[in-house]
Amino acid sequence: MDTPAEQTSAPLTILERLRPSHLGDFLFRAITLAFASLVLVLIVAMLFEMIQNSMLSFQKFGFGFITATVWDPPAREFGALPFVYGTIVTSILALILAVPISIAVAVFVTYQAPMAIRRPVISLLVELLAAIPSVAYGLWGIFVLVPFMRETVNPVLRSTLGFTPLFDGPSFGLGTLTAGVILAIMVTPIITTVSRDVLAAVPSHQRDGALALGATQWEAIRVVFTYALPGIVGAIILGLARAIGETMAVTMVIGNRPDITVSLFSPSYTMASVIANEFTEATEQIYLHALIEIGVLLFAVSFVVRAAAQLLVRYATRGRNIGREG
Amino acid sequence: MIAVLVIILGYMLYRGIGAINVSFFTDLPKPVGEPGGGIANAIVGSAIMLVVAILLSLPIGVLAAIYLSEFGHGWFAQTLRFLTDVLAGIPSIVVGIFAYTLIVIPMRSFSGWAGGVALAIIMLPVIIRTTEEMLRLVPQSLRDGGLAVGAPKWRVTVDIVLASSISGIATGTLLAISRALGETAPLLFTALGSSLWTTNLERPMASMPVQIYTYAISPYDEWHQKAWAAAFTLVAIIFVLNVVVRFLTRSKHG
Repeated sequence: MDTPAEQTSAPLTILERLRPSHLGDFLFRAITLAFASLVLVLIVAMLFEMIQNSMLSFQKFGFGFITATVWDPPAREFGALPFVYGTIVTSILALILAVPISIAVAVFVTYQAPMAIRRPVISLLVELLAAIPSVAYGLWGIFVLVPFMRETVNPVLRSTLGFTPLFDGPSFGLGTLTAGVILAIMVTPIITTVSRDVLAAVPSHQRDGALALGATQWEAIRVVFTYALPGIVGAIILGLARAIGETMAVTMVIGNRPDITVSLFSPSYTMASVIANEFTEATEQIYLHALIEIGVLLFAVSFVVRAAAQLLVRYATRGRNIGREG
Repeated sequence: MIAVLVIILGYMLYRGIGAINVSFFTDLPKPVGEPGGGIANAIVGSAIMLVVAILLSLPIGVLAAIYLSEFGHGWFAQTLRFLTDVLAGIPSIVVGIFAYTLIVIPMRSFSGWAGGVALAIIMLPVIIRTTEEMLRLVPQSLRDGGLAVGAPKWRVTVDIVLASSISGIATGTLLAISRALGETAPLLFTALGSSLWTTNLERPMASMPVQIYTYAISPYDEWHQKAWAAAFTLVAIIFVLNVVVRFLTRSKHG
């Protein structure tokens, strides 16, 4: 991280700054500062507007909004727990499926892949996977993944693991598990890229040392992992943040029903998908305000998760400008 | 991973190819049951809202990045960098809610403006971050040279630092466009969508991703095919943008 050398001369007084020779620079700095501050203004305005437009719901339901289980718009009953639950379950499922694959790919790319395909080919693939819009994943989900889950995966799961309540009950294809699978596909690129950057930031003498002491490849990678652990955790949490905020693909395959059920086959709902699905139907003020309050919750959760991830990744890749999504 | 990519893309092409022809790109959507029809209004709508989004986010983003790269040493700049990351991480549906409360409620109508503003907020952090990185790549000696011949700092920044990183900024903008192009969630209840020709920014406006969504969740087979065709078109455009970005960044930094 290079910082352009600051001019070391004594600070200028206000009067000096307003002299014609300095006026241009003073104004230039002020203008760019004003525009940079817009980011702060934007975030504050966002919070303010959303809180203001969810006041009705907040006043009526208070903090019980988060723990109330009934979402019944015609009866004006609004509780957010089914959506919070759905978001948590689908995100965890996505991580369970995506983390082993992502880390394996990251290790492969960093240490095992032939040099020729290491950076260019694999990183291009990962970037392209990340660039496919959510709605396109959703389309693929509706017409390919849903029938596949209904006819192939779910029956197999039921016959082998059906004794647990997780894989019991009728399977429509649309449901929590399907949403988890599509989220897994969508978060794999980000977890892979950040893990790869973290692994690349591990000093090579850590691995070389282990290999020199006679460690096998596998043992050497375990040494590297001890070193890279905070960063890998950060990468996983970044994936979690993406899964929590993901909207369209989930909305299209989750079935959209505000129930809290143990079975992963049954339809459910997430915070993001209820907003996407019901916002334009919310004709009553209180309904709209309840949906916006879910938006505030979503904002808060993704902020906390992402801040934690940034700190971890930054710690693991100290000084290097990597690990930022985008 | 390669397999996943190939499966998704191949299937998209396989399902959509039948609906892709000239009229698909030049005609308006037709009601169910009538043959033909296209997504021309959605392509135009996406383009218009992107132009609005670029006009808003590019100047703001570049000026903000100049501050961060040329003056940003203190705690305030560090905070702004963190907030830029926060902004990039806000779920896009939440950005949609903000644009709704900010523009749709006061205007009492869904509108292209609201969609453009939502997309601008999504593009802004991408532009700020890539531009700041590009400006930092400009060697300090170039700045010093400018200052040494007596140019004020703002002239140095505009004529030397900015001018020499124009292609980098363009690359960042392309990246931001490719991200905004596929965004559906923030448009659902800002621009809403429309089946008419809409160039009026004060009216609801169609866009490619929302059109794909509408077609995908409809119960009609012929609309499903249009959804595949539109998705293939959209993904193709986004891929081309991404590959162009890669090519530009590679030729610049070896």
